[in-house]
Amino acid sequence: MSTRLSKGGRLIDRAQAVEFSFNGKRLRGFAGDTLAASLLANDQMLMGRSFKYHRARGAVASGAEEPNALVNLGRGAFLEPNQRATTTETFDGLEAQSQNHWPSLEMDIGVVNNALARFLPGGFYYKTFIHPRAAWKHVFEPIIRKAAGLGPAPKEMDGDRYEQAYAFCDVLVAGGGIAGLQAALAAAADGARVMVLEQTPVWGGRAPVDGDVIDGMAADLWVKTAVQALEGMPNVTLRTRCMVAGVYDHGYVLAEDRVADHTPGDGRPKKRLWRIRAKRIVAATGALERPLSFAGNDVPGVMLASAVRDYVVNWAVSPGDRTVIVTNNDDAYRTAIALKEAGLSVPCIVDARAVANGPLPTQARALGIRVETGKGIAKVKGTKRVTGVTLCMQAGEGAGLEDIACDAVAMSGGWSPVVHLWSHCGGKLTWDDAHAMFRPDATRPPISHDGLAMVYPAGAANGALKAAEALVDAALAGASAAWANPIAAAQADMREEAALEPVWIMPQGASYKLRAKMWLDYQNDVKVSDVQLAAREGYESVEHTKRYTTLGMATDQGKLSNINGLAVLAGALNTDIPNVGTTTFRPPYTPVTLGALAGEARGEIFQPLRRSPIHAWNEQANAYFEPVGLWRRPYCFPRGGENHAQAIEREILNTRIGVGMLDASTLGKLIVKGPDAGRFLDMMYTNVMSSLGIGKCRYGLMCNENGFLSDDGVVVRLAEDTWLCHTTTGGADRIHAHMEDWLQCEWWDWQVYVANVTEEYAQIAVAGPKARALLEKLGGMDVSAEALPFMSFAEGTLGGLPVRAYRISFSGELSYELAVPASFGLELWEKLVAAGADLGVMPYGTEAMHIMRAEKGFIMIGDETDGTVIPQDLNLGWAISKKKADYLGKRGQERSYLASADRWTLAGFETLDGSVIPDGAYIIAAGVNANGQGNTQGRVTSTYYSPTLKKGIAMGLIKGGLARAGEVVEFTKLGASPVKARIVDPVFYDKEGAKQNG
Amino acid sequence: MLTLECPYCGVMADETELSPGYEAHLKRYGPGSSDEEFEAYMFARKNPKGVHFERWRHAYGCGKWFLAARDTATLEVFGTYPAQSSAPPQDLQDKIKAKRPDWKGYK
Amino acid sequence: MANPVAPWGNAQFDGFAKVTEIGPLGMITLRAKRDVAGLEAAFAALGLTLPDPRRIVIAGDKAAGWMSPDEYLLILPYGAVNDALASLATSLAGQHHLAANVSDARAVFRIEGDKADQVLKKIAPVDIDTLAVGELRRSRAAQVAAAFWKDGQGYTLVCFRSVAGYMMGLLSHSATSGSELV
Repeated sequence: MSTRLSKGGRLIDRAQAVEFSFNGKRLRGFAGDTLAASLLANDQMLMGRSFKYHRARGAVASGAEEPNALVNLGRGAFLEPNQRATTTETFDGLEAQSQNHWPSLEMDIGVVNNALARFLPGGFYYKTFIHPRAAWKHVFEPIIRKAAGLGPAPKEMDGDRYEQAYAFCDVLVAGGGIAGLQAALAAAADGARVMVLEQTPVWGGRAPVDGDVIDGMAADLWVKTAVQALEGMPNVTLRTRCMVAGVYDHGYVLAEDRVADHTPGDGRPKKRLWRIRAKRIVAATGALERPLSFAGNDVPGVMLASAVRDYVVNWAVSPGDRTVIVTNNDDAYRTAIALKEAGLSVPCIVDARAVANGPLPTQARALGIRVETGKGIAKVKGTKRVTGVTLCMQAGEGAGLEDIACDAVAMSGGWSPVVHLWSHCGGKLTWDDAHAMFRPDATRPPISHDGLAMVYPAGAANGALKAAEALVDAALAGASAAWANPIAAAQADMREEAALEPVWIMPQGASYKLRAKMWLDYQNDVKVSDVQLAAREGYESVEHTKRYTTLGMATDQGKLSNINGLAVLAGALNTDIPNVGTTTFRPPYTPVTLGALAGEARGEIFQPLRRSPIHAWNEQANAYFEPVGLWRRPYCFPRGGENHAQAIEREILNTRIGVGMLDASTLGKLIVKGPDAGRFLDMMYTNVMSSLGIGKCRYGLMCNENGFLSDDGVVVRLAEDTWLCHTTTGGADRIHAHMEDWLQCEWWDWQVYVANVTEEYAQIAVAGPKARALLEKLGGMDVSAEALPFMSFAEGTLGGLPVRAYRISFSGELSYELAVPASFGLELWEKLVAAGADLGVMPYGTEAMHIMRAEKGFIMIGDETDGTVIPQDLNLGWAISKKKADYLGKRGQERSYLASADRWTLAGFETLDGSVIPDGAYIIAAGVNANGQGNTQGRVTSTYYSPTLKKGIAMGLIKGGLARAGEVVEFTKLGASPVKARIVDPVFYDKEGAKQNG
Repeated sequence: MLTLECPYCGVMADETELSPGYEAHLKRYGPGSSDEEFEAYMFARKNPKGVHFERWRHAYGCGKWFLAARDTATLEVFGTYPAQSSAPPQDLQDKIKAKRPDWKGYK
Repeated sequence: MANPVAPWGNAQFDGFAKVTEIGPLGMITLRAKRDVAGLEAAFAALGLTLPDPRRIVIAGDKAAGWMSPDEYLLILPYGAVNDALASLATSLAGQHHLAANVSDARAVFRIEGDKADQVLKKIAPVDIDTLAVGELRRSRAAQVAAAFWKDGQGYTLVCFRSVAGYMMGLLSHSATSGSELV
């Protein structure tokens, strides 16, 4: 059984017991435990089920690389699926649930997949779920969804707070082991700004567990001294619980800070995402131990040798009473020694190498531990827990030599440097044959904006696995990264270790039956036999094999499985490992919670909501808002029990017969001024703006260089050298940027300035036959037809407020648009509402505006235009100057296709039965195209029920356009017969314009 | 996530402060140009692996457009300079030539 | 005429830093090249000093900030803007320039307290630790444009009026007690 030892545990505080629950069972641990340590201390070896076969699984590792021990934490709004028990800190009240099992962890129906494993080989999904197609939806997917998968997605909105923060430094050190600390000391010595980030809660990494001696001190003490020294330096920032997730271009680094994961409810954000810009990065990310591939290497109780050592030394937890060690290197002997020193039994060290005579094996033998060289494990006995192992010759085919009873197996296949951060931005790797590992190739680093190396690997991450080498390597890396003078590295006692011997399959000649039980990827259930099958089926590229077998595609991203998988693939392809190469290392290093990535952007501040100065009034008036870009504009103002259609009808009729008000503040407003402003606007607009009289308004069209209509609006001439250009709501920033682009990049010698004053003014459209009467009630300026005729403007006051009144109309009614400084926008609006009470004034929304403009045949950018429409298509030739030699889009419009008589052009449509043509409907033409689809000859662009005319009206583009007026055509209607409509003039209302001109 | 130095305000700007404007040093062809010239101006864009000249706007900063010379493969930035330049500054061209001897020039 | 209203009603938030919407302030956007004749005199006539690139010069209730090589932000009391515009028109008569009243187009916030810097560190991709007193930085605050500078015991931040509510929410979230950057 696994249990808590009575003594030791360098990370736990036995004085501080904590109570937590696992699958509802109340258990106790100590402060300083990880959840995995606490569970093992309670003899809870079984922690989860695998993804595909639902095999029983326990923790195989002690840190971030853990593929098996994934749990759900918390519940309801605080549920977090797929959390690694090996990196979760145990705290009082923690609630954990195992996942991917049904009905229970102990008794799981899905394990039937395990019995069928021989029918679920690599590539199974690709092979099986192809035919018949209908089966996917009704059979395969529902079954897979129920049977597979990890934790459930939370159903409630996340109850925690998250945030992000930016940081800047000269050198970012990722990893707080001895290499990271040494690199930081070197980098900071000359004053560089240094940040040191460590993913676990403790400094020092593996060295204290391995019993290294540094500068004559126990590693723990050296680590403490180094951290104190760094803490004393004002140019150094230290953070634990902060995982460097990814390295991106030009020294951009994302790190996830687990601020309050372990102290929920203390008012701090749960997590914080650091967005760091580092000049250089030191990757002191250590190395990960590799499993060995022997049959049954996934049975709970089989662990990495280093993990077994961690549990014993760090948390005083013994994974088993009797632990067999299996290894191809000397390092694993440290585990045997640590177990023995803790008073536990080590029946045998099984060493695949022919000889093991270094200091560590010698020490183990001296402790009375049996060492069997040249041997391997043929298979592990037990299903939910190891009960023993069968030994065999490593060079053989797996014939059993001897059974050894044990309840834990500690395995070591050597170490792989954590090269992720080196590789994220393109750092290349080299294969180190002596250590059977990929390590960073110093000659091919990832580079930064200056063309120089961006990442410096240090210590074990650079292949310097032994403490003494790691410190020297890290001191150099730290100084190099800071472009600082080198400092002397700390000295660690060197202990000789014999070379490892690569062992990718144990035993070497294992039968298929054994290979089909050798797990490479634990979480995704990928076995040695699956990779070999993929190779036989022609998968030679490692990237293809990965996707075909799902090797390395689990939440651990193959931290334990990739190298072993590559080696097996190389063996099957009869080539070298470096020839096979690695898959791409992509961020994040370990999963980052979506909450941290979203940061503060949720709820009210999910996105910037733009409010007009009149927004608060609109809200109180029960406006139904629609998003227009980031603005929220009132769509309509329902009253009483009205639905939207009723409200819109009322708003339109009231405007047509009385007076209505529209909050038009969102319209873009750009001041264009300078000696060359007229010439500039003549280039920007298709028509002539330089000739506009002072005090006058003119409707203008803007095109892009392609000739397509891009924006429209009323241009006002304020003074000899000054114009005010109105843009659409969505166009304000875009057109401002467009103008600046041409002024800065093409005509930089023209003397023109542009200022965006969109938000300086609230703008209120007052429209309807009684509009003038309403303004006259406020008083202050002459708004008569004589003083202020259509398409002119005047400045003055209304109700004591400073306004500029434009006689422009988008509704077709007598209309004034009143611009007032935004601070007084609400006040003017309220004065108009009050003064207009007896005139029956009502606000109207954007939908009423849309319908009224459609009744008038006015086009709308985004309705009649879609980026492929030129003004000529919309019968707007009158707004295109024939005299001008040039304007943006003129050359584009001269292209043969755009000048063709076959283009679809604007017309109005009236349905014969008065109904409304569906949005997006096409106009049917005879025959079918090459694909057998019905031909089309046009489409609807705006279609509404007109409350004014009491029938459906529409605008659309049709081949031949208005020349076909009077003809009846058919519009498509989904699920119904086509709608018949007559081609008519698109101006449905007040064709002469008597109302707007009045 | 690039950083580019704005030549107008001197800020080492994070990419999120910038907006891209694609290829630099295009010559505008308006009315009177041939179809071939217009097509080249509108549509024929370089897409080199290596040295490339681009337009960027310091949109969230000083609002100015500038030009940048950058290696599209390594992301090395050779330099930035004002948009009011009809050709890359000579010293920048020399610098690029020294670093990338195979470079054929900006045109 | 009633008093002008601040876009977000002069809201306040007390967290580990204090956030206050101030204003409305008088603001003028002045577009002019630095070598325009009379520019320095035009500033002087308003009691302002022409700022160096990326700087803001504060003098009592007035300030002048450098926004770009041909743009300045002039800050004055709200009621002083029309006179200032007239003064600029006189000082720069015949010179190519553009002066526009943008007092109502902006929202202005103060962020104060020992840890005020941390509020900005959470929202702007800017090295706040190296932001000098008197340095005006235009950048991004989360998802919107903003300009800010350090003065006295805190920072002043300017953004567009329409996003005043977003900015108040953003600053409040960032200044929430318990979320200090330790």
